[in-house]
Amino acid sequence: MAARILAGPPLDAGPESLRDHLARLGPRPNARAAIKELEASGLLGRGGAGFPAGTKWRTVAARGGGDARVLANGAEGEPLSAKDRALMTLRPHLVLDGALLAASAVGAAEVVLYVGAEHRHARSALSRAIGERAATRGGLPVPVTIVDAPTAYVAGEETAAVHFVNDRDARPTAVPPRPFEAGVDGRPTLVQNVETLACAALVARRGAAWYRERGSGTTPGTTLITVTGGSSPGVREIDLGTTVADVAGMAGARLAETSAVLLGGYFGGWAPAADAWEIALDPAALRERGRTLGAGVIAFLPAGQCGVRATARIIAYMAAQSAAQCGPCVFGLRAIGDTLERIAVGTGRSGDLARLDRWGRQLPGRGACRHPDGAAGHLASALDAFGEEFRLHAATGRCSAGAAGRAA
Amino acid sequence: MIPRRRLHVDRIRCDGYGMCAELLPELIDLDDWGYPILRADVVPREFEGLARKAVEVCPVLALRLTAEPRRTPTPIARPAPASRSGS
Repeated sequence: MAARILAGPPLDAGPESLRDHLARLGPRPNARAAIKELEASGLLGRGGAGFPAGTKWRTVAARGGGDARVLANGAEGEPLSAKDRALMTLRPHLVLDGALLAASAVGAAEVVLYVGAEHRHARSALSRAIGERAATRGGLPVPVTIVDAPTAYVAGEETAAVHFVNDRDARPTAVPPRPFEAGVDGRPTLVQNVETLACAALVARRGAAWYRERGSGTTPGTTLITVTGGSSPGVREIDLGTTVADVAGMAGARLAETSAVLLGGYFGGWAPAADAWEIALDPAALRERGRTLGAGVIAFLPAGQCGVRATARIIAYMAAQSAAQCGPCVFGLRAIGDTLERIAVGTGRSGDLARLDRWGRQLPGRGACRHPDGAAGHLASALDAFGEEFRLHAATGRCSAGAAGRAA
Repeated sequence: MIPRRRLHVDRIRCDGYGMCAELLPELIDLDDWGYPILRADVVPREFEGLARKAVEVCPVLALRLTAEPRRTPTPIARPAPASRSGS
């Protein structure tokens, strides 16, 4: 199926120029009916939460009094995700279109592009795109600033993003107030992932009906995903509702050679490969089943690699990436990480599995942000998907994946 | 009708003194590190007095009692699966 978000010049041609962008899509769309179209389109946010974009825009517009802010979130902290930086690098003008459209629709006086400092290509593409726009006759309708987001997992969390833009401190803040109430400069702020903005720019041009022509499940449209594992990993655009099996086909991952699939990345969860294969990548349907597409990461764990060890590694990373503000996150994630590590290397203690289960259940909702919730969800899915392997590790200290599966 | 009160813990402020759980063991547990776990955030009428007391004695003022209903809309996902960034 034809690409929409990544339509245009070949992907190896680098950033699309303003001239090519205008020739392909025409001028920046009018914002007058943008919110209504967005609501009708059913577009869900692509940063991980999957909140309806139209609802968010309407809320900020209603509260902003013509002096709101737009924060385009391009801080892609999820270690397995690369789709946002690919989009910003290759289609900077589509992202800008969406951000400027949002500014006009919600009544914002300023746009901040919050871009991961390590996404160097994305940053330079956006910077150049802003220059190209500024040099045109109309110029930029509102000031657009790039803010380099620190390289930290939680820096992309929406209150952390606002906190950093305001105070150069990328730690999440207590809510309320949420950014739509008081964000950048204390003003109601639309914090929206860059892919969501790019999609909004297309919806505004082509309409909600056009948008809903794609997608096979309950959630319409196409989405960017990042696939790891398999013989040809990378960023792809798929119709929402595509099955994991189809994604595996594109990425060259075979069921017989895959033990499990991580859906949604570090913030998501594991499923045994045989169960995962028929899962449709549809945010609404996934949520019903207690799963998430998150920011669109699909990771195939090859057969022969130990899921317990993979989980221990990921949770250790998440523990280290805690903003270290809230006790349950600091102590809970550290304890869970240490316990997982013991089990992974075969030195688990009696009661470890029960403790992991209890600690995991106690975590959700007990941080200022949802970092501990994400880790708890990941842990719960791992205990479920790798249950046999966890019990083998805990009871015998051995790993069915053999020495290669043992943690160093 | 008078709205029911809700307990709210500011997790950044909370340092795990545990005084809230001492006063309100019916509503608040502590985890293995001494941080509160709310069994339910809606406070039954008979515990409102003790809940007010718990708010007053918290050494870091991390506990609040609110009369408002849960705020909507909140652009966040349900607890699990979780989500982290501005969508």
